[in-house]
Amino acid sequence: MAAVGDLQFEEFGNAAATAAENPGATTISIEGPGESPTHQAGLPRGSGGEEDDELLGNDDSDKTELLAGQKKSSPFWTFEYYQTFFDVDTYQVFDRIKGSLLPIPGKNFVRLYIRSNPDLYGPFWICATLVFAIAISGNLSNFLIHLGEKTYHYVPEFRKVSIAATIIYAYAWLVPLALWGFLMWRNSKVMNIVSYSFLEIVCVYGYSLFIYIPTAVLWIIPQKAVRWILVMIALGVSGSVLAMTFWPAVREDNRRIALATIVTIVLLHTLLSVGCLAYFFDAPEMDHLPTATAAPNQTVAAAKAS
Amino acid sequence: MAKAAESSGEPGTTSPRPLFAGLSDISISQDIPVEGEITIPMRSHIREFDSSTLNESVQNTIMRDLKAVGKKFMHVLYPRKSNTLLRDWDLWGPLILCVTLALMLQRSSVDSEKDGGPQFAEVFVIVWFGAVTITLNSKLLGGNISFFQSLCVLGYCILPLTVAMLVCRLVLLAEQGPINFMVRLFVVIVMFTWSIVASTAFLADSQPPNRKALAIYPVFLFYFVISWMILTFTPQ
Repeated sequence: MAAVGDLQFEEFGNAAATAAENPGATTISIEGPGESPTHQAGLPRGSGGEEDDELLGNDDSDKTELLAGQKKSSPFWTFEYYQTFFDVDTYQVFDRIKGSLLPIPGKNFVRLYIRSNPDLYGPFWICATLVFAIAISGNLSNFLIHLGEKTYHYVPEFRKVSIAATIIYAYAWLVPLALWGFLMWRNSKVMNIVSYSFLEIVCVYGYSLFIYIPTAVLWIIPQKAVRWILVMIALGVSGSVLAMTFWPAVREDNRRIALATIVTIVLLHTLLSVGCLAYFFDAPEMDHLPTATAAPNQTVAAAKAS
Repeated sequence: MAKAAESSGEPGTTSPRPLFAGLSDISISQDIPVEGEITIPMRSHIREFDSSTLNESVQNTIMRDLKAVGKKFMHVLYPRKSNTLLRDWDLWGPLILCVTLALMLQRSSVDSEKDGGPQFAEVFVIVWFGAVTITLNSKLLGGNISFFQSLCVLGYCILPLTVAMLVCRLVLLAEQGPINFMVRLFVVIVMFTWSIVASTAFLADSQPPNRKALAIYPVFLFYFVISWMILTFTPQ
């Protein structure tokens, strides 16, 4: 049993002394001298101390480094865990959308904009907007195409909203899941420098779908050539965002597998856009011209038959 | 208390202040009745929750709730920055509005196999699940509004769109044509703007300032979808 005299308080006020004794520890100078021992005990990453010292000059990334270890520390059944996925400000969401619209060669969307703060706000609401944009534009376009016909009765086609929702959300969540699984499997065989977490892949896919919202609205124009040009533009923009994001992740791999991965990603994207165009938007026939030429043909045929 | 008793038991020691001196000498020989009245100086203004509302007539209960709902309707129609909607939230108003809207929007004939308008259940699900999703979104972004308060505001702000639905139904009784459509389009646009303004007036303050647009955009999408359903309603 320790005597009362053996228990002494240690003075932790001298940060330099503790740094000299314990070179791996990170010292934070704050007001209360009693608080620094809890900070030293609370940082479990031993190698994190050196990185913090290096990056102290750059104030944005030092915040990221310090916060990166403390994110997602709540257990998954609490509300705070899910709040960490919505930790974005308005200007950050706009920046990410801008980044998905203007793919700059050589700049990686994930490294540049997401920077280990993937959010679920963008993917979820961009997909929701896209679902309604496709359904509403398809309905409007069909209405405008069949406007003059006598036999056409307008229906709102509400069932198509649920079909669109299933397609878009399945694409935005299952394809990233498959891609993430595939990249993890390749990572176990070939050591890749760049690897993405599942949420970052979902984030990239979600933001890359943003270009399809104005495209869907412009698909109302009932000209086949215009629609296909729009498909090409949208595919070019979002496909290049995806390709430039995932090329560094497969670059070190076998050449053929890397190329096959990128080609598959772009192919699935193409399939989505062409499929949506074909299913939700009726083909614009050459409207009134055939009916005008068909009518005299019919009368001629009737006259011949009689 | 014990120390004072001990010190009072020793008359020789010098105690600074004999607080309870002489207490030990007191013995209660007869029963002193202890009774009196305890009055609370300030009367509480809360509604009495005990038997008074249980015994009142049904008409009183219904009229009280209807008056509360009607008062909130007035707040929605003339949105000022007040928090009556937030403080005394209730879900009766949203339920009445949602059922009315869904009844008017549903497909009139049962045997329409072609893709038509929404069914009653589809409208109901869109309204309630849309409101729940927007509330969850605003809470996840860090807003400090409670779950049911937000549901209450979103539900009550459907009132202008329900009025638009009624007007559209009446306009559709006249002959169809482009003028008919223009009138309906104008009414729906005006009521849609009114809904957005009303809900923004109530909800905007509860969001952190740098995320206001992120929280308001889903509200815009929600009312836009409802307006679209109202505008494209065609009687079979």
